[in-house]
Amino acid sequence: MLWRKLARHASVLIATVLLGGLLSAILVRLAPGFDVDELQLDPRLNAESIHAIRESRQGERNILRFYFHSLERAFHGDLGTSLSLQQPVSTLLRERGPLTLRLVGMGLLLSWTLAMAMALSAAWLRIPAYDALSTILSGAFLCLPAAVLALFAVLWNVPGSLAIALIVFPRVYRYARNLLAKAYSMPHIIMARAKGLSELRVLFWHVVPVVAPQLLAVAGVSVSIAVGAAIPVEALCGFAGVGQLAWQAALSRDLPLLLNITVLVTLVTLLANSSADVIGHVLGGRQA
Amino acid sequence: MRVLYKNLWRRAACVLLLLVAGVSLSADWLAPEGYAREYREETSAPPSRQHWLGTDEIGRDRFARVLYGTRISLLLAPAAALLSTFMAAFIGGLAGHLGGAWARTAMAVTDLFLAMPWLFLLITVRAMMPLNLSPMISVLITFLLLGMLGWTSAARVLCATAGSLRDSDFVRQARASGIRSSRLFWIHVLPNLKPVLYAQFWISIPVFILSEANLGILGLGVAEPMPSWGSLLKELEGLISIGDEPWKFVPLVLLVIVVTSFQLVLSDQEQVAA
Repeated sequence: MLWRKLARHASVLIATVLLGGLLSAILVRLAPGFDVDELQLDPRLNAESIHAIRESRQGERNILRFYFHSLERAFHGDLGTSLSLQQPVSTLLRERGPLTLRLVGMGLLLSWTLAMAMALSAAWLRIPAYDALSTILSGAFLCLPAAVLALFAVLWNVPGSLAIALIVFPRVYRYARNLLAKAYSMPHIIMARAKGLSELRVLFWHVVPVVAPQLLAVAGVSVSIAVGAAIPVEALCGFAGVGQLAWQAALSRDLPLLLNITVLVTLVTLLANSSADVIGHVLGGRQA
Repeated sequence: MRVLYKNLWRRAACVLLLLVAGVSLSADWLAPEGYAREYREETSAPPSRQHWLGTDEIGRDRFARVLYGTRISLLLAPAAALLSTFMAAFIGGLAGHLGGAWARTAMAVTDLFLAMPWLFLLITVRAMMPLNLSPMISVLITFLLLGMLGWTSAARVLCATAGSLRDSDFVRQARASGIRSSRLFWIHVLPNLKPVLYAQFWISIPVFILSEANLGILGLGVAEPMPSWGSLLKELEGLISIGDEPWKFVPLVLLVIVVTSFQLVLSDQEQVAA
């Protein structure tokens, strides 16, 4: 059963990643302005040079041919060359990947720690004022654009991972708080607390098994939010990561780079969601 | 008592939203000089009687720009939300109504869009627009993109709701009486999707306001000299400390007030949409 689920997830993942890359390439190709290159606006260039620039992009005109050719090369380890940075895409991703991984990883860790600490204390204490205060705090962060939090991170010289954490935190907190509040109002948990079981024992023996599958699903989604948040944070804080690379690729209409980043981002978010789903399935199976 | 407080907050939020919308709609009267006039002798000026929020680095009146920017963001975010709700109703609702392969295909497309982080997708597509767009076209394209790319999560909910209606007694009875599938959808299914559609519409508005702000700060939003909350917030990029020029935060404060008000008003709608 588990193997079947894993195989289904793997096939859906591969199909979605491939289609995601194709979709990105089609969107880029069909969007007006695909042929417009900043270089063409350079007044120093003569007509011949502008024509040569246009000709150099002819290979990308047939999007299907371009996409399948890119896929074929990717299977051989060649991800193409960035048009704007004139460097192999694989080198760029290898150089910038670890920084983004660190930023997103730390951001997720911080946001989950903060969200769970606040959600758990709200469920344990059951003080309306504390609950209202934490809800207002998370709501305030929810009302701020991710890019503004990134700007504040620059202004106050705080780590970028903290900015990512504050972007992810309110989303996680809202779900966690609601889930925990619901779990703590279940009759068997009320009974366990009334009988004097320690809070930690109630949490790990009775609450966690109830909320774990849903929290795992939220964990999968939070990876996607954190990856999305990495773009403004890296772009505005000046971190040379994949998020900044995606922004630069989009601004310079760098199709090979954009295509590879889309595939990478889709792969990461799908892997996170699928892993959360499979772990939730395994945990659910054990409980049953 | 709690319900009373909740209603009180909700009413206050409604009043605030109406107030902000009303003031922004009277921008032509409150700031008749417009948002683009440059007072070259008063660049980067602090607030004064003539310029309530000072001027920007090329001498444009910040108060006028905030008023016109608020009007653009507050008018076009609902327009984008309307477009995305229509698309979600058409794609998700119809797929759920038809079921089978249609629903599976529509949901596969939806999953594809949902697999990519929202901001990443927006940036990718927005950056592909021509470089020499007129400001008005850039406004339209920015909000059109928000509407055209923001339908996915709503479509998923609508597909599930329409799918559950497909097996309901009244739909079966209507089908048994020989009604055409398209008529069944328009007359019987769509009216039953209204609560979810309303909820999705209202929920999308603050999401689109925040997305436009993100795009604007990243330089991919509304083109100059047209103001929007995004382009106004871009001014914060050059700030060295908060205390020096606090008036620059007025667009941010306004944005937070509006989004918070929407959240307060929509606290029940989220449950309908889920």
